[in-house]
Amino acid sequence: MNKIIEVDGIVTRFGTRTIHDGVNLHINKNEIYAILGESGSGKSVLMKELIMLLEPTAGEVSILGKKLNHISFKDAQSIRSDWGVLFQFGALFSSMTISENIAVQLKEYTNISKKMIDRLVLSKLALVGLDSHVGNLYPSQISGGMVKRAGLARALAMEPKLLFLDEPTSGLDPIGARNFDALILELRDLLGITVVMITHDLESIFGMVDRMAILADKRVVAEGSLAEVLQSTHPFVEEFFKNDYTKDRFRDKVI
Amino acid sequence: MFIDYLRIFRDVVSVEVVGYSSKQRDMYELLVDTNHHIVLPYKENFVEKIGENTVDIYTQIVDFIRFIGEMFYAIFHTILHPREMRLKEMVYHIHQSGFNALLIVGLTAFLVGMVIAYQGAVQLAKFGADIFIVDTVAISMTRELGPMITAIVIAGRSGSAYTAEIGAMKITEEISAMRTMGFDPFSFLVLPRLFALMIALPLLIFFADIMGIIGGAFASYMELGISPTMFIDRLYEVLEVKHYLLGMLKGPIFAFVIATIGCYRGFGVSDNTESLGLQTTSSVVNGIFLVIAFDALFSVIFTELGV
Repeated sequence: MNKIIEVDGIVTRFGTRTIHDGVNLHINKNEIYAILGESGSGKSVLMKELIMLLEPTAGEVSILGKKLNHISFKDAQSIRSDWGVLFQFGALFSSMTISENIAVQLKEYTNISKKMIDRLVLSKLALVGLDSHVGNLYPSQISGGMVKRAGLARALAMEPKLLFLDEPTSGLDPIGARNFDALILELRDLLGITVVMITHDLESIFGMVDRMAILADKRVVAEGSLAEVLQSTHPFVEEFFKNDYTKDRFRDKVI
Repeated sequence: MFIDYLRIFRDVVSVEVVGYSSKQRDMYELLVDTNHHIVLPYKENFVEKIGENTVDIYTQIVDFIRFIGEMFYAIFHTILHPREMRLKEMVYHIHQSGFNALLIVGLTAFLVGMVIAYQGAVQLAKFGADIFIVDTVAISMTRELGPMITAIVIAGRSGSAYTAEIGAMKITEEISAMRTMGFDPFSFLVLPRLFALMIALPLLIFFADIMGIIGGAFASYMELGISPTMFIDRLYEVLEVKHYLLGMLKGPIFAFVIATIGCYRGFGVSDNTESLGLQTTSSVVNGIFLVIAFDALFSVIFTELGV
């Protein structure tokens, strides 16, 4: 097994509130991995711990073979250039145009000529299905769906090995959401990247996710492929996957 | 309320409610149902609130010291690697908080200079010491009021802008995005603002000094009939360079205070718009207070030193 991310016994506490109490999971190379759970189950916190925005109270995360506890500044910077992150609301820099947003890391970290950067930006825009003229607009001037696409283009700017997506399809219309899923699948196959995402979207879960972890009761209550997760009898899994709607909608997949 | 009364009455006598529609009955049942489960939220008492606020203040102080530490780390890092300085942003902020503030700073200083001259004129005229108005205006303006007025205007103008800008970036997760890309928010956001203000504020103070003295000269001419030529002659005699230099020395220090508070409050914004408003308010209040406090400190130090 080629594990890209390993999470070992994560405990997170904010004051007296315990968010995670021993979370374990691993993510293999080249798979699309989803983190699921009710609101308040600590999905976003877990994601923040993976992308080094928060430090867990106890436990260890390793990414690309490097342990994040006591990581050196140099190693941390090298990991950061190996991943792309798409935030839930895009988090594009509002003082820059879309093109500048996509180019910012290339400008800071590489010696690529300006002309080449411009061409790279255009190719990223095309890759996520945005018109080239969108590049000259500011984030406040484009729609929510376009912000997500632009955010994805920025996350892909450094040719990452790993892609983190925080609710990529939330706030998109159903058609836009399916297109986004197709895009991510295509990118995975084209570029061979590993995708980690938080999602509630049943269509995405049934349609594109390879493996997933269910967060409930402060732990991972089920992990694995859809079929494996469906074996679980945990109340959240029962409620989320085995309700009338999913039974009706995805009859072939849910027993 | 009706339900509460009903309950009280029922304890004593039997009550029958008549003449209600089916909608009203449903509503009544819903209310009785929910009223049953209501547990009033626990209200803290006075002592608990004092304790909580004390802990709050303590954590804020620790937080602030940590912020200052990180900032100095970034400052030294920039001094050792001057090529990593964000020149473009710095120039932008010099333009924003320096050049664009010229009008308001100049006008304020002019008016303050005028007010001092008018007020002083009345007193000095009693002794026939009209010409001393020049000393009053020139020394108070360059040494004390010029720097302080400028700093207060800038604390209200740029300090609040820094907090709001950084705070909004915090809410939209732009700062988190920067971190995941390996961009240090201190060298990208804090230092350009800090350096820009430390350059811009002394320049603004210089401008304020001049405008204040012009305001004073104007008022002296109107009230005491001291001609501008006489004013400048006298100015040349009484305004020692040290007064001007002492005032200018305060510039970078006030700038440091304002920018630090402004940025610190910006990073203190949590994920809601209410805290953005609160932090911007305290940024301005803290900024102005600290400027005045530092000014008082300087007054004491300079007087004790005899300069």
